[in-house]
Amino acid sequence: MATMAVQMAGKADRVPLRTKLQRVERRRKLRAFALVLPLLLFILVAFVMPIGRMMFNAVYDDTLLTLMPRTMAALSDWDGKDLPGESAYAALAEDLKQAWTQRTAGAIGKRMNYELPGARSEVMSSARKASMLSVGPYKTALIEINPIWGQHEVWSLLKRGTSAHTAYYLLRSVDYQYGADSEIVTAPPENAIFRDIFMRTLEISVSVTLATLILGFPVAHLLATLPLKTSNLLLMMVMLPFWTSLLVRTTAWAVLLQQHGVVNDVLMALHLISQPAELIYNRVGTIVAMTYIQLPFTLLPIYSVMKTISPSLVSAARSLGAGPFYAFWKVYFPLTLPGISAGGLLTFILCLGYYITPALVGGPRDQMISYFVARYTNEELNWGMASALGAILLTVTLLLYYVFGKLVDADRVKMG
Amino acid sequence: MPATNNAFVKFSDVQKTYDGETLVVKNLNIDIAKGEFLTLLGPSGSGKTTTLMMLAGFEAPTQGWILLEGRSIDNMPPHKRNIGMVFQNYALFPHMTVEENLAFPLKVRKLGKTDIEARIKRALDMVRLGAYAKRRPGQLSGGQQQRVALARALVFDPKLVLMDEPLGALDKQLREQMQLEIKHIHEDLGVTVVYVTHDQSEALTMSDRIAVFNDGVIQQLAGPAELYEQPRNAFVAQFIGENNQLSGKVVALNGTTCEVEIPGAGNVRALAINVEAVGRPTVLSLRPERVKLNPSPGSLPNVFDARVAEVIYLGDHVRTRVSVCGHDDFVVKLPNSDGAVQVEPGAAITIGWKMEDCRALDAP
Repeated sequence: MATMAVQMAGKADRVPLRTKLQRVERRRKLRAFALVLPLLLFILVAFVMPIGRMMFNAVYDDTLLTLMPRTMAALSDWDGKDLPGESAYAALAEDLKQAWTQRTAGAIGKRMNYELPGARSEVMSSARKASMLSVGPYKTALIEINPIWGQHEVWSLLKRGTSAHTAYYLLRSVDYQYGADSEIVTAPPENAIFRDIFMRTLEISVSVTLATLILGFPVAHLLATLPLKTSNLLLMMVMLPFWTSLLVRTTAWAVLLQQHGVVNDVLMALHLISQPAELIYNRVGTIVAMTYIQLPFTLLPIYSVMKTISPSLVSAARSLGAGPFYAFWKVYFPLTLPGISAGGLLTFILCLGYYITPALVGGPRDQMISYFVARYTNEELNWGMASALGAILLTVTLLLYYVFGKLVDADRVKMG
Repeated sequence: MPATNNAFVKFSDVQKTYDGETLVVKNLNIDIAKGEFLTLLGPSGSGKTTTLMMLAGFEAPTQGWILLEGRSIDNMPPHKRNIGMVFQNYALFPHMTVEENLAFPLKVRKLGKTDIEARIKRALDMVRLGAYAKRRPGQLSGGQQQRVALARALVFDPKLVLMDEPLGALDKQLREQMQLEIKHIHEDLGVTVVYVTHDQSEALTMSDRIAVFNDGVIQQLAGPAELYEQPRNAFVAQFIGENNQLSGKVVALNGTTCEVEIPGAGNVRALAINVEAVGRPTVLSLRPERVKLNPSPGSLPNVFDARVAEVIYLGDHVRTRVSVCGHDDFVVKLPNSDGAVQVEPGAAITIGWKMEDCRALDAP
């Protein structure tokens, strides 16, 4: 009887129990959400939206569409062969007149200048002269004013402007551009610099990551195996650089590495070299300074993983017949892999975005992609290019992050 | 180098210090016979684990020799000693499956693939874990991990296996089961085992001989029964099993027996085991189960008046704490059998014991 009663109660209670649980869970979830909300909003406003806007800038450009509305409308049914008809020229003349009075000819010229170097001044002078035109036929008149209006590639450029979406910036970022008939062609050598810069960025990042791994691994091992008191002191010394600004530390390297700097003076005094070595404003200086700055970022994740590896594992391997190196390689090293990949990934991704350090201790051939993003943003005011370069960097970073994440995850599953 | 003899493992005058000031192991001499199960038993810090680590090769003796099969192994690194070892926390490689863990010592020794597979299968069958070959250590229970560690230490057929408190992390029931399992594996394989523990019941269950360590010195090296029945000194009597201690002064010494005066209570007749001379202090050792309650007058040489202080019912026996001879922590174990005397706290009783059950030992 008693069991029956319990069973009945259990059955009758099942639905309300689940509801009750959901109610409690819902309250807990709401609370958790409320705690996260301020940060979530901040990230949304200060991080996700700007980045989204930037990514959008890389493919969106309505300069010509808004500043030359008549021409754009007239070109919408142009077949792209030969030159457009009189109506398009008439629209162009109207747009140029309006641009002259509204002082927007500069903006049009600047946009066209990206794809046709030298177009800016031609557009400015055409606009000034077109403002004096009053009657057609405009085709001959405009070509007479400035021969560029008789060039097919100029009209191809304008035709591309009829769409607010453009692949131009992304193409430029990987050294392609539009040809005379809007076909995609490789950029001429003087413009084809970005593939090189992306490769250079990867190269420097990989070198720095490897250097920090090679230098950091033994120190992390030492930290993880020393008695707590000694290791705490050492750890503090590892963390010390975090208390000083990156700019100051980078400048300090300039003092050390310059032609008559500390390093060269010491090497000369020891008669190891007879002439000062080129240690700064080149790749050596960049990699040395970046390695120094990134070392703690690589070291700390490795250290925290090593802390969890029981020393008896290596002892066990030794007692089972493995020599010191075999025990290290087959037992200790595989167990540090999660730390190595976490630390290496962190450093690699941070390196991809380096800007100040190469600018201060690197030469012109050592500037990384962020330098060009900054230049397009601050100096050339070409936000399309800045956005496109940034978008590509972001995509590559996310891709790498995903791949590494998969690798580390797979490792964790293996650790079971 | 001292002359070799036929002991399988020989510690000869071994000393060990870590800081150059205090000796963790003082003048250690042990001979271990082939096929023997020897347990190093002692409280923490007594030097038992250090002794094991010196045998394994992870610590070097500061002085003295360790001989394995008559050859000095002082300059032999751990991986060349061919000694199996089971660690306190199992020390299984977490990134390898059970099978790969067992294959590790075999691959190091460059055995053939089929040989490796056969040995792994045999070792896993021995510890009844054949179905778990593909699992990782993290997916096994504590007891299963323990068995894998055992199988791994045995899979390469070492002649000597060292175990460093291997059952410390298991719960009581599992620990008792594993004790018997290890004992049976030892009997089946005939391998020599040196086992370290601080648990005296574990030592009594499994060992052929037990070396009781304290303060870097072996206090007594004997079989389980001898150790319990005939402790050589007060530490061993206290450490192995339960023990009542009465301090007094030797007043008469006649060969193997002596008379000890307990201040304010009278004289006790005891076996003279470890007493120096008449007039010196001594500690009498007496097992709680050897004390008789209300003995008939004249049947025992030592009879004293006592008062019951506490009675604890423990099922198979009743633990009775009495105050006698000025001590109020004197314990008497009364078996819970037919006709057992029932006692109440506060009752006045007499207790007595034979002379042979009372051993006069060194005063600490």
